[in-house]
Amino acid sequence: MDGTEMRESKVTSPRLVDVRMPEVRTGESLTPETQPGARPIIEPPEPAVFTLRNLNLWYGHKQAISDVTMNFPAQRVAALIGPSGCGKSTLLRCLNRMNDLIPGVRVSGQANYHGVDVYAPKVDPVEVRRRIGMVFQKPNPFPKSIYENVAFGARVNGYRGGMAEHVERSLRQAALWDEVKDDLKKSGLALSGGQQQRLCIARALAVQPDVILMDEPCSALDPIATLKIEDLIRELAQQFTIIIVTHNMQQAARVSDYTAFMLLAHEGGPGELIEYGHTNDVFTLPKDKRTEDYITGRFG
Amino acid sequence: MAATEAIGGDLDTLSASGAVARRQAVSRASRYVLLAATLIGVAVLAFLTYDTLDAGASRISWDFVTSYPSRFADRAGLRSSILGSAWILVPTVALAFPISISTAIWIEEFAPKNALLTIVKLNLANLAGVPSIIYGILGLALFVRFMELGPSILAGAFTLALMILPMTVIASQEAIRQVPPSIREGSLALGASHWQTVWNHVLPGAMPGIMTGIILAVSRAIGETAALIMIGAFTFIAFDNTSLFDDFTTVPIQIYNWTIRPQEAFRQNAAGAIILLMAAVLTLNLIAAIIRERFRRE
Repeated sequence: MDGTEMRESKVTSPRLVDVRMPEVRTGESLTPETQPGARPIIEPPEPAVFTLRNLNLWYGHKQAISDVTMNFPAQRVAALIGPSGCGKSTLLRCLNRMNDLIPGVRVSGQANYHGVDVYAPKVDPVEVRRRIGMVFQKPNPFPKSIYENVAFGARVNGYRGGMAEHVERSLRQAALWDEVKDDLKKSGLALSGGQQQRLCIARALAVQPDVILMDEPCSALDPIATLKIEDLIRELAQQFTIIIVTHNMQQAARVSDYTAFMLLAHEGGPGELIEYGHTNDVFTLPKDKRTEDYITGRFG
Repeated sequence: MAATEAIGGDLDTLSASGAVARRQAVSRASRYVLLAATLIGVAVLAFLTYDTLDAGASRISWDFVTSYPSRFADRAGLRSSILGSAWILVPTVALAFPISISTAIWIEEFAPKNALLTIVKLNLANLAGVPSIIYGILGLALFVRFMELGPSILAGAFTLALMILPMTVIASQEAIRQVPPSIREGSLALGASHWQTVWNHVLPGAMPGIMTGIILAVSRAIGETAALIMIGAFTFIAFDNTSLFDDFTTVPIQIYNWTIRPQEAFRQNAAGAIILLMAAVLTLNLIAAIIRERFRRE
């Protein structure tokens, strides 16, 4: 890690060659990298949408995540679990460059999206974010009508076509259409928490992304609303790549294909990826003692 | 029992005694001291209002509003000064509104957070406290003399706009800061550009606060006298304004004009004009309060 080249997120770096976003989803086929003494990390065998290589992130002088190397496979659900402050949300926000909004953030290593490092100098964060949607911890619909909430992202991204049909399609995809079809003019804030969160998902879908990042999307919801979102996540995984941060291990077990466990390996140190693999394996046969301790509730 | 006695008080009735009783006495007394302090302000205001109403209420009539100023107190009216006030406020707001919103957006959303920005913010706060006559001197030198606008409505509007800008900018900044970061994040995460986010989400969210700030600033501008006298608006106007380059007078200047006359009858005119001006300012503040309350509830 000490030898890793560090750079500001916006400073020119000579390292990158081709930064154009590929038109079609190519997928990079992967073979597990053999590193002597490497951590027990599985590289999922499917084509990867994201390949992270030695990703580090600092807030000012404080390192928040250290040396994360992992793949996120296409059309699968990957869950990031771990105790509070272990850097899982930070890692998630790296992927669509939402961390850019925080002053003093520095990133090194690679976060390759279809082979293009999203932190390459020529990459425009707006181009990244329209391909990689995000759903936040607290439902944050705009204080506008349901229709406007969904149409906004499509409109600013230059969606051509019937907007009304597009809004309906997005709301249907988010399993919200039947509940709101009669009052699309109603404020998005008038919906219940669970409906608001599905509205935020519909809003993200309307931009026609490729990946959807979810940052503890159910933490503010009751169990029934949570269940609906979880069903929706499984449904959406047929079409989209989903990466979800969750505090709820049962949720990770229920919705995800792959689970990554992160932890502050040293007191006051950065968050590290401890274990990553098939959700089943991680929950039933954890390879790392710390994963086992966390899953069985012995700490965290 | 021993422990209870040590801290005082009666365990049987839980009535206060000793230190608790003393602290409670001070607490009760503080209420009356604070009330008295409040009453001083209210009483002075009530007396002023009563005195003004008493002196001027009899002068208020439609003729008083529609007559030009005159040598004869009972024929003098506010026509030219009301028109002058209206004429000057429109370009003042037209200038201050876009400039203050743009400035506030730049400071809050786009400016690099560095020492220069801190200095700009500090100076804005200082400028809000500069006496209005200083703006009058600036207006006289810059707009009246250098730009050769003369003591015109336009020169007055430029001066007033400069005067209220610090207030409106600060109010707009506050309003922009009130927009929750989650709204910005939601918009940016959809691939909206920074400007699209500001235009579609931050500005609409901040607009009630911005409007309130502007209305309050206008109610200050409407009563402004010193700065306008300084640029030469202290004149006898017996015609209706028709152009931004006209000479003008305003209601507070007319009031000042009448108060310095020796005759009692003009004092009554002044009181009558004050009543109308107060009503206008009160209405503006009420509108600001209604806007604020309505949007707070949403």
